[in-house]
Amino acid sequence: MNAPAILAENINTHYGRSHILRGVSFRVAPGETVSLLGRNGMGKTTLLRTLAGLVRPSSGSVRLNGNDVTGERASARSRAGLAIVPEGRGIFPNLTVAENLTFASRANRKGERPWPLDRVYTLFPRLAERRHHWGNELSGGEQQMLSIGRALMTSPSIILLDEATEGLAPKLRDEIWSTVKQITQSGIAAIIVDKNLNDLLALADRNTIMAKGEIVFDGPSAALRADEALIHRHLGV
Amino acid sequence: MDLALIQLLNGVQYGLLIFLAASGLTLVFGIMGVINLSHGSFYMLGAYCALTLTQFTGDIFLSLLLGVPLAFVFGVIIEWLFIRRLYDRDHLQQVLLTFALILIFNEAQKLLWGSHPHSVPVPGYLQGGFKISELLTYPYYRVAVAAFCVALALGMMFVIQKTRIGRVIRAGESNREMVEALGIDSRLLFRFVFAAGVALAATAGIVAAPLESVYPGIGEPILIISFVVVVIGGIGSIKGAFLGAILIGVADALGKVYFPAFSSSVVYALMAAVLIARPGGLFGRAA
Repeated sequence: MNAPAILAENINTHYGRSHILRGVSFRVAPGETVSLLGRNGMGKTTLLRTLAGLVRPSSGSVRLNGNDVTGERASARSRAGLAIVPEGRGIFPNLTVAENLTFASRANRKGERPWPLDRVYTLFPRLAERRHHWGNELSGGEQQMLSIGRALMTSPSIILLDEATEGLAPKLRDEIWSTVKQITQSGIAAIIVDKNLNDLLALADRNTIMAKGEIVFDGPSAALRADEALIHRHLGV
Repeated sequence: MDLALIQLLNGVQYGLLIFLAASGLTLVFGIMGVINLSHGSFYMLGAYCALTLTQFTGDIFLSLLLGVPLAFVFGVIIEWLFIRRLYDRDHLQQVLLTFALILIFNEAQKLLWGSHPHSVPVPGYLQGGFKISELLTYPYYRVAVAAFCVALALGMMFVIQKTRIGRVIRAGESNREMVEALGIDSRLLFRFVFAAGVALAATAGIVAAPLESVYPGIGEPILIISFVVVVIGGIGSIKGAFLGAILIGVADALGKVYFPAFSSSVVYALMAAVLIARPGGLFGRAA
């Protein structure tokens, strides 16, 4: 049986004296798509950043494809197959589109490059058209495409998408979701944070709701859709 | 007219020299976010390195070949021993530690080389100068230093714009965390950048040694002027450091001729003017 793409156990994360993640345990199977839901400030971004190694947890462990990466830096986790598309996109404004994409281009542990530059340009033709433009010359949607494309070029086994469609027009949002579907169908596991519940329910194999730094629900889309009280309690405005 | 020309040449040559020192400072500040007050000490280290090595090699350029790698290794050691502890700390703590390093380096300099000024000879093949008029010549060595600095500046710009390490440096300047998240170990990047900064400051100190006396505290005026250049050029910008250094060099040299009473304040007036027009510096991000 394959090891989970990511397995976090009993994670506690603090910012100063604030206890943000409270004993979170979390698992994503290879190729699985999991949505991470919850109101603002419930710990979703902190969980993604902790998994990516950008925030050091106070306790708990993280395993990536079966390997313990708890003490590893974000760079080591990236090289081990974890990619993050952060909130705000993290585009390098002073690098061109092509430079952003090839910045961290690398093969996976099997020596394969499932997402070479040509395939990324096929996935996002707009990026091919704008390959010589600076990162800060792109629209919000193009920046999101660039951030996803750059993550794919690291040949990840799991991709973390934080606020994947934030600030995008509905048409662009649909374009991003369609792309994310193609990516997950290629076998890459994904954890997606976004505010569009219906889109996520349609896309995800499983949904996890966080409240006050804890996981309060974990189950398939059908079960979540059926529990209106739960949706109202944890996701309603 | 001749004097103005000579001063203009001197200004450009001085500007090129401070570019070498300031480029290291702007990289360390722009990428690592560290205010390094000890940067001038590495210029001093270079000058004293030139003094000692030239006694063995007999040639300042051979001393350069030996001194720059030594300075790079010294930079790696200083980063590993001290600077890496500053990355998660505030600017006040950075200022305190790097100021302490100045005191330590100054004492070490006195122990090793004493308090007297020294001179470093210009190589025999660069003695003399170009005749500008009946009365004035411009020294070959100054021209050689200017040419060397221009070549180094072009080389640096090529590395920054066209190579993988240059891409990483540019990316690190805009988003350090994302560089790390994409698999680049920022500890190694920072160590390399700091050591390169030390090597650049030392390079400036080595080639400047035959132009002036080598004396205790020689790095302190360079530190101040380098900060002015970094502010004018925009933090983290090599292009900005280049243009800022030339502007400062020329303003300083011409100020001494045309505004002798205000010569020491001309560069600061220039800095103030640039900051009013462009608060982030010539090539920096808007403040």
